[in-house]
Amino acid sequence: MVERTPVFNILCYLILTLGLAVALLPFAIVLIAATHDLKAVNTVPLPLVPGTHFWENMSAAWTRAHLGSKLLHSLIFATSVAAGKVALSSMAAYSIVYFRFPGRILIFWLIFVTLMLPLEVRIVPTYSIAANALQPFQTLLDVSGLTWLADTVFGLRIRLEWGLLNSYTGLILPLVATATGTFLYRQFYLTVPDELAEAAKVDGAGSFRFFLDMLLPLSRANMIALFTIMFVWSWNQYLWPLLITTDPEFGIAVTELKTLIPSEFGLPDWNVAMAGTLAIMSPPLLLVILMQRWFVRGLISTEK
Amino acid sequence: MASISLRNVKKTYGKNAVVHGLDLDIESGEFIVILGPSGCGKSTLLRMIVGLEEISEGEILIDGTVVNRLEPRQRACAMVFQNYALYPHMTVAENIGYALKVAGVSRSERDRRVREVARALAIEAFLDRKPSALSGGQRQRVAMGRAMIREPRVFLFDEPLSNLDAKLRIAMRAEIRRLHRKLGTTSVFVTHDQNEAMTLADRIVVMNGGKVEQVGTPAEIYHRPATRFVAGFLGSPAMNLMEGEIEPDGTFVQDATRRLRLSQQAGHAFPGGRAVLGVRAEAARLVAPGRPDALPAIVDFIEELGASRIVHVDFDGLSFAVATSDNPALIPGDRVGIEIDPRDIHLYDSATGERLEPVTARQTVHP
Repeated sequence: MVERTPVFNILCYLILTLGLAVALLPFAIVLIAATHDLKAVNTVPLPLVPGTHFWENMSAAWTRAHLGSKLLHSLIFATSVAAGKVALSSMAAYSIVYFRFPGRILIFWLIFVTLMLPLEVRIVPTYSIAANALQPFQTLLDVSGLTWLADTVFGLRIRLEWGLLNSYTGLILPLVATATGTFLYRQFYLTVPDELAEAAKVDGAGSFRFFLDMLLPLSRANMIALFTIMFVWSWNQYLWPLLITTDPEFGIAVTELKTLIPSEFGLPDWNVAMAGTLAIMSPPLLLVILMQRWFVRGLISTEK
Repeated sequence: MASISLRNVKKTYGKNAVVHGLDLDIESGEFIVILGPSGCGKSTLLRMIVGLEEISEGEILIDGTVVNRLEPRQRACAMVFQNYALYPHMTVAENIGYALKVAGVSRSERDRRVREVARALAIEAFLDRKPSALSGGQRQRVAMGRAMIREPRVFLFDEPLSNLDAKLRIAMRAEIRRLHRKLGTTSVFVTHDQNEAMTLADRIVVMNGGKVEQVGTPAEIYHRPATRFVAGFLGSPAMNLMEGEIEPDGTFVQDATRRLRLSQQAGHAFPGGRAVLGVRAEAARLVAPGRPDALPAIVDFIEELGASRIVHVDFDGLSFAVATSDNPALIPGDRVGIEIDPRDIHLYDSATGERLEPVTARQTVHP
């Protein structure tokens, strides 16, 4: 146990305050810059007091970056990815922990290996699949000579196509698989006593019933934590949405932010850019603030 | 209510046999206690009956139907687990009613039956609480309620009282007995506690090393232990056992100073050879030293139990317990004599552990 002395306490608080300042300063700059007009935002140093032009900056950013539709796209995208991740990882972990089937260990390790292959590494093949989700089957047919056979014998040209570009499906599906979430759930399931599963079995609950009635309610804190983390993660995705949304009408808010950033020779309206930034970073911030109470409730809850 | 039959039931994990070919018939409405030390396969046996453990070989029949391939819910057995296994996120009422909910019983019917069971177990006041807000005894009752509500053919208990304190355990024991009298459901109760076994059972099944040692009423098991293991396992303090030689004239000889007459009845004879002699602490008496037919010994220490006391004596390195209800003024180091009624002597074959019965001459001539 470290002895607490006034000097030590002051030192601790000093370091913590410094850390807090470093963490909050960027937010403060965004907030302050978003409230000034073009002239004030370009003075050096930046005024430390907020100005009065917040609403006009915000409305300028809103119209210029089509934030109304883009934020909605982002919301649908991030919510679907986070929900999909929770659903998929809870079920994947359930099958790995509670069922004995051949290849169980292999599948477990395959999931484990995907941890080493983030989207950025496999972006080219993933993109090509998203461009035509049936491409692998087409390739199989081509290589096996079936395409040629159908063409020469029946005069049939086999072309399997299912384009996912510019669709929510293409945007969301490749991001839904998550090894991290599966592990989180696996660890949680391993803490659930076996007797609970046995009691449910004796009570007549089948495996799906047990999953719905026991594991899901018990993993509520887990679920909320995973959803929050994954929502923020998906909201901040840049590379994948940039690639897959080639239609300017479709894009999400984070990729759209670049239209607000002043170009080298354009008007340096950082006030509008910062207002847009504020609008885009608010939803995940709000979610974390709201969910924090649930986090704490989940952590202090003794019923486990 | 249902009868259960086990026919040559075996359980193996890989090459490891946990239950070796077990046969047992449990009558409808009977309260059977399976008693044995930990690791003897008694819990595995219970789990095979309920359907949580696969049966490696043999058959289990409930009411004459083979249930080997049936799911637990189809066997209509209810089980009370050692750690209760209550659903932590459900209230007491939801816990008790869960089996009915799964079975698709309507809410009103469910509520009615939950109340009924709760009343029988005196847990009506806690119906809206979560298990975490209950004491051990209350959780135990909820676990029993969860089993009772299904009106099962068979109740299975897996050491349900071992997590309770001594006082509560005795109270719950009485409660379980009372419930069984009321409901009359066939019950199988697994325990390592001989007091539980003696007080609860219609018949006790003593298991050791995956085999049945003896099946019988508590009195039979206590008064006529069938094997050396049962003799040593049941009784508190444990039965005094000593190994020696039986001489043709019916004298048990451990060494020169320790000789015991066996049976006084004329016409009885014991097969000679090495044997283990057992005497319950309650069957031996302390007498003044030097009496003929009394074994000379020295008091080692005395355990005070209130109503009675157990005098541990020592004869040349061999310890022996004598239970007595009177209060002898003895201190460690005193010389005493121990008198044993030959009728209270149990004899076991040294090699096989089987009980040796005195055989009368008539029986040996006409088997």
